[in-house]
Amino acid sequence: MNPLVDLFIQFLLLSFVAFGGATALLPEMFRVVVENRHWIDPVTFTHLYAIAQAAPGPNLLVVTLIGWKVAGVAGALAATLAMCLPMSVAIYLLYDRWESFKGARWQRAVQVGVAPLAVGLIFAGAGLVGQAAELPVAAWVFVLAVAAFSTKTKFHPLWGIGAGAALGLLGFV
Amino acid sequence: MPEENKAPPALSLAALFLGFSKIGLSGFGGVLPFARHYLVETSRWLSADEFNALLGLCQFLPGPNVVNLAVVVGKRERGLMGAIVAPLGLVTGPVIVALLLVMLYDRYGTLPEAQGMMRGVAAAGVGLLFAMGYRMASAVKDKLVFLPFAVLVFVAVALWRWSLPLVMLGALMLSGGLAYWRLQRQEAS
Repeated sequence: MNPLVDLFIQFLLLSFVAFGGATALLPEMFRVVVENRHWIDPVTFTHLYAIAQAAPGPNLLVVTLIGWKVAGVAGALAATLAMCLPMSVAIYLLYDRWESFKGARWQRAVQVGVAPLAVGLIFAGAGLVGQAAELPVAAWVFVLAVAAFSTKTKFHPLWGIGAGAALGLLGFV
Repeated sequence: MPEENKAPPALSLAALFLGFSKIGLSGFGGVLPFARHYLVETSRWLSADEFNALLGLCQFLPGPNVVNLAVVVGKRERGLMGAIVAPLGLVTGPVIVALLLVMLYDRYGTLPEAQGMMRGVAAAGVGLLFAMGYRMASAVKDKLVFLPFAVLVFVAVALWRWSLPLVMLGALMLSGGLAYWRLQRQEAS
């Protein structure tokens, strides 16, 4: 199949299970894009994730960058559109009915049920990206430091990213 | 400017586009807090209650929450055209910036300095992900009952490498079913 069409269909399907946003899809994007299709090598995947973190904007950008690597600007647009389109249409249609099913038992059950699944996906993504980035031991110490700072203090994530860039540039991590 | 806490009746498409562009370009690693600040406090397109109600729907559905939010705010203000223009405003600026960065990466990414920098930023990103997972886990209700599902999903996806749509479908039936049963029991008693 034409990679552009393949890419579009893959992300279209993924958007239906993106509970927790695009970030929650990191493990599946890795599986499809790196392991199954071999469009991108593991280290480059982690670099694309890094660039998406360093750019301003929604978490969605990692999808845009994967699209770019696979099929240039057309790929970037196709992947981004595929990621946004299905649920944008769904929410456009559901908006007027939200009041009527909000608070219904099934709605609350889905909300409660989905939350822990998203947690599992985020940790899976963190583990996979960390592993694929081939981080040395020193870098894992830095990973833990960023995680601890981010949970215990109110520091802006950009500081962590800046510190990572500096430490990496100097060869410490 | 009228002092009342209500949006002006005719918000132009250009204002929607620009407003959401500002939101999109103002945050790093997620822009939801900035969206709240801009929509509720700066532009006053929404009251705090309206924002929370809309966000409830956006977080209920899968997909990028803030894109969903742009669609509903756009629809509220300008119907179909608004629902198209607002999310476009949100993503256009960031997509351009990200593409410029990745073009730089394609050009200079093989330099050892760049490789080191990318590895450092990726490491920071992983740390932020762990923190995000931790925060989300802290917000889960009835942890002893529901966090095992997080472990299940982690094992199936990260270790067994099962297909995520299937894992999510199966896990949602289990954990959603359990949540439904518990709610039913709660309401009965």
